[in-house]
Amino acid sequence: MLERGEVANSWRRERWESLRLLTPNWQTRLPGLPYDGPDPDGYATAGEVADLIERFAAVTAAPVRTGVAVTSVRGSGAGPGDGTGGGYVVTTSQGEIACRAVVIASGACNRPVVPALSAGVPAGVEQVTPHDYQGPAKLPDGGVLVVGASATGVQLAAEIARSGRPVILSVGEHVRLPRTYRGRDILWWMDAAGIWDQRYTEVEDLDRARRLPSPQLVGSPGRSTLDLNVLASRGVELVGRWSMARDGKALFSGGLRNVFALADLKMNRLLGTFDEWAAASGRGSELRAPERFEPTGVPASPRWRLDLGSGEIGAVVWATGFRPDYGWLDVPAVDAKGNLRHDGGVVTESPGLYALGLPVLRRRKSTFIYGIEDDAREVIAHLAGYLDGAAGTP
Amino acid sequence: MTTVVNGVNVEALLGAREVLKGAPEAAAFTWRASSTWTHGVHTQVKVSNFFGLGEEQAHKQESVFEADHPAVFAAEDDGITPIEYLLVGLASCLTAGVASVAENRGIKLHSVEATVEGNHDIRGILGADPDVRNGFNDVTVTFNIDADASREDIEALVAQSQKRSAVFDALTNPTNVTVEVA
Repeated sequence: MLERGEVANSWRRERWESLRLLTPNWQTRLPGLPYDGPDPDGYATAGEVADLIERFAAVTAAPVRTGVAVTSVRGSGAGPGDGTGGGYVVTTSQGEIACRAVVIASGACNRPVVPALSAGVPAGVEQVTPHDYQGPAKLPDGGVLVVGASATGVQLAAEIARSGRPVILSVGEHVRLPRTYRGRDILWWMDAAGIWDQRYTEVEDLDRARRLPSPQLVGSPGRSTLDLNVLASRGVELVGRWSMARDGKALFSGGLRNVFALADLKMNRLLGTFDEWAAASGRGSELRAPERFEPTGVPASPRWRLDLGSGEIGAVVWATGFRPDYGWLDVPAVDAKGNLRHDGGVVTESPGLYALGLPVLRRRKSTFIYGIEDDAREVIAHLAGYLDGAAGTP
Repeated sequence: MTTVVNGVNVEALLGAREVLKGAPEAAAFTWRASSTWTHGVHTQVKVSNFFGLGEEQAHKQESVFEADHPAVFAAEDDGITPIEYLLVGLASCLTAGVASVAENRGIKLHSVEATVEGNHDIRGILGADPDVRNGFNDVTVTFNIDADASREDIEALVAQSQKRSAVFDALTNPTNVTVEVA
């Protein structure tokens, strides 16, 4: 196991100060390490996650080699790139390793996505990604334009607004969820109703499921909902998707109302399936009554233009998602969009190459800490079969 | 999905989506209109051909549109106002979307009516106030739909039609426009 930094490196170095997991503690478990602390319904801090992973590495005596950065993975020549199963050469900061199989477990969030229109932001406005952002105190003076309203965007918008700065939040398509529903954590519902266990072969539109933005959730001690209505009530100004930067001005989409409508409709449909599940499974009596939430309030006249050079904002925070980095993968298995081509973590066009921890790899829960276990078992079974010379189907 | 409920060939559209995923060059369309000034503020616009799927395409027949301005603009009103053509485009695009999405979801439509209103402060185009924009201040579309579906399903049809509407996107997002003298 190669790790460029120390165990749980990204949890130690690529997370902002206040970050907590979206999953409740009882879901934040690894094989043999169930949560045994005092607050099963709470949400772990990044530091607590790093400690958990470190503990797991110790308990399992995982053969981790820290401080080893991988700079290239390529077929060994006779090899996998041409389907003959000859193995791989892994070049690292500590030399080369020859191996028959490689499992890519570097995740899908290596680099923050910064859209091309960032080029139109004047030099006087600081641009910050979630990997640079630590807390509101480190931002320059003035208002802040947060771009993107998924989990990262709503959390940073809330935190920056709480620090007293004016915040404008640019909102595109998003996934709205309440933190709790009928008295239970929304992620309890996803788990209990079987949604997280849904397999990739059962998902209707897999490409879309894999692109789905993170839900508008925060793991806060108060288990409170952080949707756009909450943000608006705290003075965050909602504007449409940022569609163009022209003459030093940001131009936002006039279609804000519809992204609200889409998210409200989808949330209500999901809550409806939960209610049906609760009734059908006979668990309704353990739960509070079904509820529905206020539709997202549409501002009377959301502005569609912001003069970036006027001094109104001092910083733009890009909460526009993350992408994997396969710059080191010298095997032709990455598509035009920069994603690995794989079937449930099996890179079929390059035998012996595998992946774990990518969105909906084998199940909807694939990217959750507790979600990787089932995937890992199946992917490793395939890998073992491959090494035994009996590569099966994924 | 072979039962056609609303007369939209969704199978062909879904087939095209799959084919064009891997063929961006075939997906590059160019739409065209040619106009001729007649007199006053009256212009005649003709639309007959376009480019797409890698080659020139022709409509079944040429369409001719008269654009003029109303009497309150001191014009002859021999056609609708150019900005009203935007409403024509928006209503018809969203309605096509509603029909397509309904077809795809197996929802039978009995009637789909829409009224579109664009609020317009004409002090902009008259140059009477530099702070007033030339275009619409806002546009409101109101659908009246009779279908074999719940209100929530109908709202979802309308939301999805906006999500996939070319004209809705063109009106709600800026587009680089080049106007030059040949």
